[in-house]
Amino acid sequence: MLKHRIIPCVLLKDWQLVKSIQFGSFRTIGHPTATVRIYNARNVDELIVLDIDASLNNEPINTEIITDMANECFMPLTIGGGIKTIEDVYTVLGAGADKVSINSEAIKRPSFIKEIATIFGSQCVVCSIDIKKVDGKYRVFTKKEGLLDIDPIELAKEYERQGAGEILLTSIDREGTTLGYDTELLKLFANTLHIPIIINGGMGKPEHGAEALQNGADALAAAFIFHFTQFTPNMIKEELSHHHYPVRLS
Amino acid sequence: MSANIVIIDYGMGNLRSVQKAFEKVGFSATITRDHALIKEASHIVLPGVGAFGDAMKNLNSLGLSNLLHVEVLEHKKLFLGICLGMQLIAEKSYEFGEHQGLGWIEDAKVVRFEESSLKIPHVGWNEMNFHNPSILFKDIPDHSNFYFVHSYYFEAPSTHAIGYCDYGHSFVCAIQKENIFATQFHPEKSQTHGLQIIKNFAQLTKESLC
Repeated sequence: MLKHRIIPCVLLKDWQLVKSIQFGSFRTIGHPTATVRIYNARNVDELIVLDIDASLNNEPINTEIITDMANECFMPLTIGGGIKTIEDVYTVLGAGADKVSINSEAIKRPSFIKEIATIFGSQCVVCSIDIKKVDGKYRVFTKKEGLLDIDPIELAKEYERQGAGEILLTSIDREGTTLGYDTELLKLFANTLHIPIIINGGMGKPEHGAEALQNGADALAAAFIFHFTQFTPNMIKEELSHHHYPVRLS
Repeated sequence: MSANIVIIDYGMGNLRSVQKAFEKVGFSATITRDHALIKEASHIVLPGVGAFGDAMKNLNSLGLSNLLHVEVLEHKKLFLGICLGMQLIAEKSYEFGEHQGLGWIEDAKVVRFEESSLKIPHVGWNEMNFHNPSILFKDIPDHSNFYFVHSYYFEAPSTHAIGYCDYGHSFVCAIQKENIFATQFHPEKSQTHGLQIIKNFAQLTKESLC
């Protein structure tokens, strides 16, 4: 049986891995290769790294550090941040990533997803959507442009039509809070989409993981819980297994 | 004699990740399409991600199909096919039309998952259930999880099957026929157990198979 995945989702900033809190303040997690080595040892199922220097500051994609991380990463590695062209995708995959995560460019140009999927396959394209709740309504948010007047569900449906392999769904309001995933948001997506959803933002204890799977998530992304609480990836998996969700225990 | 491992470079997929998996377990491996280097090798690895038709076209145009036939079938060199590299040793594939494969496993063909309820591709961690014992699985527990990414699967008689996986139905995910080994999953992306498979293969000698 296919397993539900536990995926650290961290940011790359100033050559360090960091964790943001509601997209605001940053806490340093550690040196990229050392951190990847720890993740490998801790039995996580995949790893997502978003390069915010490349996405926010238009710096070139940091292939040197991606290569270093990929060399230590004996599990699937997804890289995002600043990917705008097919050449960028070749660059990132050439550095050792298995998948790319696309955000801003997909909002501007959803056909970019199809371009990538046609060449590299749908399994290679993760579409990341960041969402903020304003006056009771979910809205798409980008770090560069702020709140956008786009319905997140319609955007996700378009991504699916274009051949996205997975959706990385982040609740900015929950990110770094340990309050639990936004299951209301998750349900909206899970009831509409057919492709796997990686839910992100808010896991503070293993029970939050079970809640998310119950509400339609396929995989759980997190960062805060792995670095600033006593819970380990295996403790989360044991909790999920206890609820009869298939996970990879060791 | 230490292993002389080559990874066949035929323009399909990320070969570097396979190379660094060998390095991680203490072996070096050369990425090459140079016939002279392949002839000198003791271990031949055929990885690959992508379409079957393109892959065969590349192997043929680089003269590698004939070379591999000689080195693997006649000289009995140790061979490991990974993912597409496993599928290529079937007789036929039905991925976008019908294509001839290398044909090393009798009556093996590559077909698409048909179940409408399944998400395609089959991506993620899934269990391998042992079928026949194999030296490739030394120190690996039965029902261990490995990382899969594929839309087509290897359909073959159970004669050479050493592992099965379940996705909609049971399918062959690992085979051994004498010196020929192959896995549908990616050992280089499957952490501890995957690296163990890479190590087991690298440690094999022709003599150890007898």
